[in-house]
Amino acid sequence: MTALQNQSAYQVNERGYYGQFGGAYIPEMLYPNVEELRDNYLKIIAQSNFQEEFQGLLRDYVGRPTPLYLAQRLSEKYNTTIYLKREDLCHTGAHKINNTIGQILLAKRLGKQKIVAETGAGQHGVATATVCALMGMECIVYMGEIDIQRQAPNVARMKMLGAEVRPANSGSKTLKDATNEAMRHWINNPTDTHYIIGSVVGPHPYPDMVARFQSVISEEIKKQLLEKTGSELPDYVIACVGGGSNAAGAFYHFLDDESVKLVAAEAGGHGITSGLSAATTFLGKIGVLHGSKSILMQTEDGQVVEPHSISAGLDYPGIGPMHAHLHDSHRALFYAITDDESIASAMELSKLEGIIPALESAHALAVLPYLKATPNETVVINLSGRGDKDLATYMKYL
Amino acid sequence: MNRIVSLFQHHPSHNLNVYFTAGFPKLEDTRRILKSLQDAGADLVEIGMPYSDPVADGETIQISNQQALENGMSVKKLFDQLRNMRDEIKLPVLLMGYINPVLQFGVENFCQQCAEVGVDGLILPDMPVDEYLETYKPIFDQYGILNIFLITPQTSDKRIRQIDENSAGFIYMVSSASVTGSQTGVTHDMEAYFARVNAMNLRNPRLIGFGIKDHETFVTACQHAAGAIIGSAFIRVVQQNENLEEAITTYVSSVKQGL
Ligand SMILES: Cc1ncc(COP(=O)(O)O)c(C=O)c1O
Repeated sequence: MTALQNQSAYQVNERGYYGQFGGAYIPEMLYPNVEELRDNYLKIIAQSNFQEEFQGLLRDYVGRPTPLYLAQRLSEKYNTTIYLKREDLCHTGAHKINNTIGQILLAKRLGKQKIVAETGAGQHGVATATVCALMGMECIVYMGEIDIQRQAPNVARMKMLGAEVRPANSGSKTLKDATNEAMRHWINNPTDTHYIIGSVVGPHPYPDMVARFQSVISEEIKKQLLEKTGSELPDYVIACVGGGSNAAGAFYHFLDDESVKLVAAEAGGHGITSGLSAATTFLGKIGVLHGSKSILMQTEDGQVVEPHSISAGLDYPGIGPMHAHLHDSHRALFYAITDDESIASAMELSKLEGIIPALESAHALAVLPYLKATPNETVVINLSGRGDKDLATYMKYL
Repeated sequence: MNRIVSLFQHHPSHNLNVYFTAGFPKLEDTRRILKSLQDAGADLVEIGMPYSDPVADGETIQISNQQALENGMSVKKLFDQLRNMRDEIKLPVLLMGYINPVLQFGVENFCQQCAEVGVDGLILPDMPVDEYLETYKPIFDQYGILNIFLITPQTSDKRIRQIDENSAGFIYMVSSASVTGSQTGVTHDMEAYFARVNAMNLRNPRLIGFGIKDHETFVTACQHAAGAIIGSAFIRVVQQNENLEEAITTYVSSVKQGL
């Protein structure tokens, strides 16, 4: 397939929009780069040598397929049937690497020699530094100064992998500012550099491209569920949403199966009325950030509001345009999970199942008390990452 | 006639366009700086609407944006400050900023306010050309507001033609692949790009921006276009000097000396 021919109401259209959200709101300086990507990504992804290399690396390097694990003690506790999609077992510890492998293979085929990326929790930065090491490409990662402090182990990992980590000192000094810096870097280096965005955000075609690379998650869930339960469709799929890449991947092949309830967990921070929150769909309005029209936390004057979450990976004032559309069309149900609820869920999963989740993923787990699923319903939770990087935070609660 | 169009008809070369951030260094400096620029001999001005996430801007303009927002600057406040400016300001005035604050204000409401206070054009670098043509152009046209597009060394000839056909006033020719505030000046590489664009016989005059900072760079740029735009270098002037009027007069005179 070399053109966008999506029949689905939930997929991107040929103009780069999901409903009223998406597009490419970029300064002219970025236009040639984004156009090059837009004109080539579907063609390249469809090439058999691309698919061979991509699938081979997902299998032998990332460790896919990741298990779909029936969490028995957690199921007992919530009186339903819960499967965990174990993205935490991916190489580098999160789903982020599915996307970075795809994008670096694409970048190589576009003739790019250098990679720039932004990172929040550092998981995307590590996943980018990893594939750059693998491909022998130069790697620069922008990271908010505050995130550099709270995610020190990931900073060390990136350095060990040979990446240069540059602090983003502007604005709130977190993910949104790291993204601004990465975009500026791309403007300054338009010909030899590819920008690997870490989530389903940014100008078209990024949201669609990243969603496609992450869609392996739901592709596997379907196969695995069929084997385990005789049906490929669960009743619920739950995922956390920062920008929304793990959720996009977990939802992707279920979007048109309307019997599957899609549930998104946003970071409620200290609570949605506290002023310290990152719950975009609860607090945001339609607006433009980082190249796409979506839902965005902002002031009346259209200035972007600085969000708060205990989890660096969810500490972002927007969401990808696909999720804005899923919210708008009521295809997905959104919950705002507080910092405290996510900590409690992380502790619970650790004790009940022997799995320490990433703080981001803990937000998805924390939807369980609200869900009220019945014993014969099937719930799939996308466990997007593991908790090693969050130990410093968890230690405060032990 | 729109003041921008009229300027280029009567004064086709050596036009100095100066950018400054509204509400910076102090909230109420906007009108002072505007008046001083006119008195000092600028030919047109771009008033920057500060934004929290100015991705096309380098550090100098970022800092001025952040300071202006901390000072309490907003779109609404800017229109208040510009009310009655036409009693004293004869220069063409453009507003430059990012699209989100304009969308929140409402595009129609925004254009109406521009027309009311006497703003002649807008520069919104992150507004897509297609989106403008499909959705916003009729509104801009209704209120007589020109939309100024950017081109860069990477912009294809085909796209330059499309932009030329759909714009009026001037085309903003970004000198190099960079965010604002680059220190490169006007280099040999750029001359090929300027020559290529000049050979296209476009309908619209061009102003060269990014990296223009003093008399030398201004004069060089003017050899290839109808004038040039100074931004970051001017922000540094107003940032570093207590006596704004004096500093602005000195700076503008030095840039335009002998012209
Ligand atoms: C483990 C994990 N989950 C989720 C996220 C949030 O990103 P997204 O919403 O794109 O999946 C991150 C981001 O750093 C992460 O590290």
